[in-house]
Amino acid sequence: MTDRSPAARRGTPLQAAPGTSKGGHLSTETVERARRTIDLYPEARSALIPLCHLAQEQDGWLTPEAMSDIAELVGITPAEVLGTASFYDMLHTEPVGRYVVSICTNIACQLNGADELLEHAQEMLAVNAGGTTSDGELTLEEAECLADCDRAPCVQVNHRFVGAQTPESFDRLVAELRAGDRRDEIPPHGTLTRVRRDGGIRTDPARVASERAAMAQVQARRAEEARSDVGGKGGA
Amino acid sequence: MTITDAPKIVTARLEHDDSHTLECYLATGGYDGLRKALTMTPEAVAHEVDAASLLGRGGAGFPAGRKWAMLRKNPVTYLVVNGDESEPATFKDHLLVERDPHQLIEGVLIAAYALQVTRAFIFIRGEFALGLERVQSALNDAYAHGAVGSDIFGSGFSIDLVVHPGAGAYICGEETALLESLEGKRGFPRIKPPYFPAAIGLYGEPTVVNNVETMSNLPWIVLNGGDAFAALGVGRSAGTRLFALAGHVNRPGVYELEMAKTTFGDLINAPILGGGIRHGRELKAFIPGGVSAPWFGPDQIDLPLGQDEVAAAGSMLGSGSVVAMDDQTCAVRAAWRITKFFARESCGQCTPCREGSGWLERIMARIERGHGRRVDLDLLLDACDNIAPGLTWPPQQTTICVLGPSIPSSIGSAIAMFRDEFLVHIKDGGCPFA
Amino acid sequence: MLIAAAERAGTFIPRFCYHPRMKSVGVCRMCLVEVGGPRGPSLQPSCFVEVQDGAEVVTTSDKVKKAQDGVLEFLLVNHPLDCPVCDKGGECPLQDQTLAYGPGETRFVEEKRHFEKPIPISELVLLDRERCIQCSRCTRFASEVAGEAQIDFIGRGELIEVNTFPDLPFTSYFSGNTVQICPVGALTATPYRFTARPWDLDQVESTCTTCSVGCRVAVQSSANRVTRLLGIDVDPVNHGWLCDKGRFAYEAVNGTDRLTDPLVRKDGDLVPVSWHEALDAVARALEASRSKHGSGSVGMIGGGRLTNEGAYAWAKLAKGVIGTDSVDAQLGDGLPAKVVLGLPTATIDQATSADTVIVLAGDLREEVPILFLRLRGAAADGGPSIVELAPHSTALTPYATASLRYQPGEASALVGALIAPDGAAPDGVSEESWQRARDLVGADNVVVVVGRPSLAEDGALVADAAQLLASRLPGARFLPVLRRGNVRGALDMGLGPGLLPGRVTLEAGRAYFVEHWGSVPDEEGRDTSAMLAAGAAAADSAADSAAAAGSQPLDTLIVLGADPLSDFPDRRLARRGLDGAGFVVAVASAPGEVVERADVVLPAAEAHERPGTTTNIEGRLSRLGQKLVPPGQAWPDWMIAVELAAHLGEDLGLDSVADVWDEIECLAPAYRGITRQVLESPTATDGVLVPLPSVEVALPPRRAAPLDPIAFPGVESVERQGAPPRAGLVEMPTAAQGAEDEAGRLAAGGDTGRAPVLLAGPVEIAVPHVAPNDRYSFRLVATRRLYDRGSAVSRVPALGALVQPAPLRVNPHDLDGLGVTSGASVRLRTATASAVLEVVPDPSLPRQVAAVDFNVELPEGTVADLVDVSHPVVEFRLETL
Ligand SMILES: Cc1cc2nc3c(=O)[nH]c(=O)nc-3n(C[C@H](O)[C@H](O)[C@H](O)COP(=O)(O)O)c2cc1C
Ligand code: SF4
Ligand code: FES
Repeated sequence: MTDRSPAARRGTPLQAAPGTSKGGHLSTETVERARRTIDLYPEARSALIPLCHLAQEQDGWLTPEAMSDIAELVGITPAEVLGTASFYDMLHTEPVGRYVVSICTNIACQLNGADELLEHAQEMLAVNAGGTTSDGELTLEEAECLADCDRAPCVQVNHRFVGAQTPESFDRLVAELRAGDRRDEIPPHGTLTRVRRDGGIRTDPARVASERAAMAQVQARRAEEARSDVGGKGGA
Repeated sequence: MTITDAPKIVTARLEHDDSHTLECYLATGGYDGLRKALTMTPEAVAHEVDAASLLGRGGAGFPAGRKWAMLRKNPVTYLVVNGDESEPATFKDHLLVERDPHQLIEGVLIAAYALQVTRAFIFIRGEFALGLERVQSALNDAYAHGAVGSDIFGSGFSIDLVVHPGAGAYICGEETALLESLEGKRGFPRIKPPYFPAAIGLYGEPTVVNNVETMSNLPWIVLNGGDAFAALGVGRSAGTRLFALAGHVNRPGVYELEMAKTTFGDLINAPILGGGIRHGRELKAFIPGGVSAPWFGPDQIDLPLGQDEVAAAGSMLGSGSVVAMDDQTCAVRAAWRITKFFARESCGQCTPCREGSGWLERIMARIERGHGRRVDLDLLLDACDNIAPGLTWPPQQTTICVLGPSIPSSIGSAIAMFRDEFLVHIKDGGCPFA
Repeated sequence: MLIAAAERAGTFIPRFCYHPRMKSVGVCRMCLVEVGGPRGPSLQPSCFVEVQDGAEVVTTSDKVKKAQDGVLEFLLVNHPLDCPVCDKGGECPLQDQTLAYGPGETRFVEEKRHFEKPIPISELVLLDRERCIQCSRCTRFASEVAGEAQIDFIGRGELIEVNTFPDLPFTSYFSGNTVQICPVGALTATPYRFTARPWDLDQVESTCTTCSVGCRVAVQSSANRVTRLLGIDVDPVNHGWLCDKGRFAYEAVNGTDRLTDPLVRKDGDLVPVSWHEALDAVARALEASRSKHGSGSVGMIGGGRLTNEGAYAWAKLAKGVIGTDSVDAQLGDGLPAKVVLGLPTATIDQATSADTVIVLAGDLREEVPILFLRLRGAAADGGPSIVELAPHSTALTPYATASLRYQPGEASALVGALIAPDGAAPDGVSEESWQRARDLVGADNVVVVVGRPSLAEDGALVADAAQLLASRLPGARFLPVLRRGNVRGALDMGLGPGLLPGRVTLEAGRAYFVEHWGSVPDEEGRDTSAMLAAGAAAADSAADSAAAAGSQPLDTLIVLGADPLSDFPDRRLARRGLDGAGFVVAVASAPGEVVERADVVLPAAEAHERPGTTTNIEGRLSRLGQKLVPPGQAWPDWMIAVELAAHLGEDLGLDSVADVWDEIECLAPAYRGITRQVLESPTATDGVLVPLPSVEVALPPRRAAPLDPIAFPGVESVERQGAPPRAGLVEMPTAAQGAEDEAGRLAAGGDTGRAPVLLAGPVEIAVPHVAPNDRYSFRLVATRRLYDRGSAVSRVPALGALVQPAPLRVNPHDLDGLGVTSGASVRLRTATASAVLEVVPDPSLPRQVAAVDFNVELPEGTVADLVDVSHPVVEFRLETL
């Protein structure tokens, strides 16, 4: 078993000069969003994983600087942030490509040719699973079950399902990704959700109230229409 | 063949392409269950759920009503929804989250009302990016609609819901690991006792953890009554249930079936369900309830899809996922892949699971590649025995959670059912199916 | 927990992750036993199962045995089995348990997990991840016990490893504990690595005297060199933990720079001479001083590094033979001795179980680390509420319910407001937190930890505040944090002006000690400051002897294992004081500035080279073990006093360290009743609190639990605990001897004569007046650091590297006002001195207060050059450069 940990590669921790890596701190905007996220939880540390996702949305991966910032935001040590983040497959403590292509090889996909697909992908991208292409665009991952087993072998790009793939369709997919054709559908790596929370007892009550009133009217009308359209369908 | 015409309880809306929108939801009776529940007392709502005999859909099959009754009285309590769905070949919650997020939210609100919890969290597997977006937009709309937040529908009941993304770790499906993860820690399952988060859960407060599908049943149960739900199915296995069918079938997919009425054979072979084994091949074996479950052979195909029936036959209905393997499947390879899954997903706390999973995986890989020794079979079983003493079902365990003792399921099944195949691998130095 | 109960009952259940001083996590699964339940017996981790009446537990069934074998085998799957080159080999629980419980042969053919072989995770600790068995003891220690999660598990499952965050080494002061509790050789200490094999090590039990907490230690050596110190679990004190300074300080004892011969200055050079010649030279100097200027012209500074026996012998020599009361074990960096001895003392346990702990002291983590550890742990576990009164934030601040800042000089004002019925909240303190602090201070069970928050503030000011607390909070008890080694013991033995052995004042004990010693000084003597000032006055007026005539000069100064030039707060005064002293005798174990100045140098034994006793901050008496033979001609400190007395023609009547103890027990009132039998009995394993409530006291029963070899791997077997120090230097008295001793005690008049009154309650002290400072001037706070330039650190290579630079910490608003930014250099100018320092912002400081580490290198000179002890606080201006 090879050592894939970031710490193993970094060698002796005492030798690296502090402050040598550039950038990577959370931007003012990200910090602002992070604060709002922390507000959702009874305890700040609960926001750790959402904050790691936010940091990845900013940089594509979790930079050491971002981890230090997160540590400060939630009140734990950087080592605890790294320790926690490195437990999770989706949190990358080393740079990844703009597109992370995950091929599931678990049982349902294996039964449907996933091993062969992965082998093809490795050859075609000239990387082993876990590696990033030399142009830095794509990172290939061998994934565990992604819960899309009726479309096996299952493939995700940046955690967006792209349906069952054959070696041929996979080549096309890669070409499209490289050409930027799928930009609308698949945001750069790290953007977990493009929908922001709005609403909630913890957000501005006045805004919620007025929105609510407006929506109530619309909804009442729509519901009225809908009911007359489809009759008593739904429920039982 | 008994495929009943029981109503679709959680998948009724899926025939609409826009089933995930508030518009469609309201048009199809959405939030009526919540409105009705808010006119009842919380206890009355809980009573309906208890009467429904709604067995948890997350894997353990514990009755939701009983779990709710165990919630310790406390000024602060929490409800946490388990949407981590990572058990291999299980993909039913995926469907519910992406295609009917409002139904989930309504169910959560009903439960939150019945339990009078302080706050509710919906934990969704991080890899469900679209699902996360769908649930978050649905939640935003629900806030705007007045279905969640302060003074819901003018009832005086207020609750905040938070969608919490996971980050990729199977073990976070185990409820105590999920709580740890929700607290911003690594997903280490908590040591028992306490056996239930209902005593000590999130932040140490009493907490109910329920699966996405369990929650999604609630609007129907409230609207139609617990008895109507209990009238479906057989015995304890009441209502309908989602079965995720995958593997070598013509029509893999998620099917909602009345519990314990339909058999595995129906699910795999019925033309409107699995449609039979692909390429006209024969069924070699199937996994009845997620890869943690021991395998069944073709001779057990007539077992009904009921919790107690499957348990009595020595396996479990688990997460409701069925994987069919055809006669060209290498059992060694399949079992190896499942072992590899556990080796990658062991949280790493317990020695037997952490080291055992990796060791077993390496032995299995060696056999599969043709470097096996005859002694390896006994070694495999003995090492398995050290994780799940006695190799009984349900398993005993030397570990904190049941991931560890799930490892022997596949290895034990494969050796028990296909010992010859192992021997061929060993004798011929390779896979006969390759 | 079952595992501990079984152990008490004599059944040892194997284990790896369980540690009696940390919360059970039940992850290694080695301790599985069969426990009966409603659904029949099942395997449960005995470290996590509560003991229940009537529960059926089987610890040795085949099923248990198989599960334990299985766990061991699993642990070896990835273990490198590099035992021959592993420091842990020979005392490794994995090795031992494999032998005892493990399978006979290996069944692995698979390749193992590989990691880069040991990587340094700090200057002191190396990590070999291949050997790690993921028991999480080290990571739990870091977060749960030390409160600094600088190491954590990284990764998941089989790939899990312990590590630090990149570029953030494991700098915790407590890092060495992780090495001690690691059950395998995954964590090793740089100083110990490859120095010895466990079976070559020989052990005695002792007490660490690096600071005044007095942690119990196992001192292990090989070939007359200390190879390592391991913490011993003593319930009331250290719970088995040590700080890294204490753990690694032994390197100094092994040092190559030790003084081995008596030295006498001849023609300007120190030359080795015989003991006789050196002592003779000292005796002649003493006699000359006494006849020329009176006994009071002899002074002694230091004593905090002596054993109680040494301190007693020197006190007897000074006060009973030479006739001077000018002796001071404190170096101007403590608190007035009579205040300390007079306050009702709290134990550490009383502090950790109090309702409120008021901390009026410096940063406890820097000064008395294990006290910090205990207090932090208690507070983090919902124990006492902490009210901190300090000019700056400390490591304890995050755990304090209220942390109130004050300007140097204003401690009494703050305390006064806090306890006055209508005391107003100081500026910047919200009404709410002020009220909370006031409520807490008024709690039933209050312990006050009192020390020196700043060395640039007169100790009398803090003592005054402490006495104010004592007078207003009648039930409060006090834990004095005088930092240095055995300083508490030295004061107890009378090494302070106005004191006699046994916590007695010169006045109260005069008649009694005259009876037993023959004589005591007539007048109260001078403290360190006054002695140095007298020396300095002579230096300043070397030509003009008339100027010095006003006060008694300091004609002979004996420096007892102390280094006033680095520890006295005012370095210029210390320098001039030494220069001006007529004749300087250094009792020392290694060279240093005092030795360079000395006229005679008497080489002394160090820690681990002499038996005896020590008394910690709580007043807990515990024994010191001798492990090494002192180098060359070095003598134990008590013997030097005895021989010097002989050269003065007096017989101190002390022929062995045991004799000294017997006399202390007999004569020092607070120590009455603590005979050698008591001290060496197994019941005194945890030390004895002084004074005993009565002579006939029933000592607390010994903890029943035998030593768990995995709780403290490497500490030799349990039987050693409570046994007398080895090497036969203090013999365990036989019953017959005991009776003889008793007779001797009576004969010596122990129970005749009226015992003098123990010091108790407030004493009058002179409290200097502090005028308010003007708008432009700052007050200086000089704080202590664990790793500083003091001799305890600089003689230890492993620790010397850890000394940090010392910037001046200033409130950011003050920095803005000056127009300087972080990292800029400024000039700090007092009335008499100036220095250039780098500044950094520290929002925890009040305005117009600036803090700097004392005794850490400055670009030029040291902070002690800026302090002028003739002023109660140090005021200065900051100038931009
Ligand atoms: C290893 C392991 C993984 C699990 N994964 C999931 C999961 O992905 N989703 C889920 O709902 N329950 C999962 N469970 C079951 C949960 O622990 C818990 O029983 C369930 O969420 C309770 O909900 P229910 O009562 O509604 O089924 C898992 C259990 C184990 C031991
Ligand atoms: S059995 Fe495995 S997954 Fe479960 S807690 Fe133990 S190590 Fe973690
Ligand atoms: S599980 Fe009990 S000692 Fe580790």
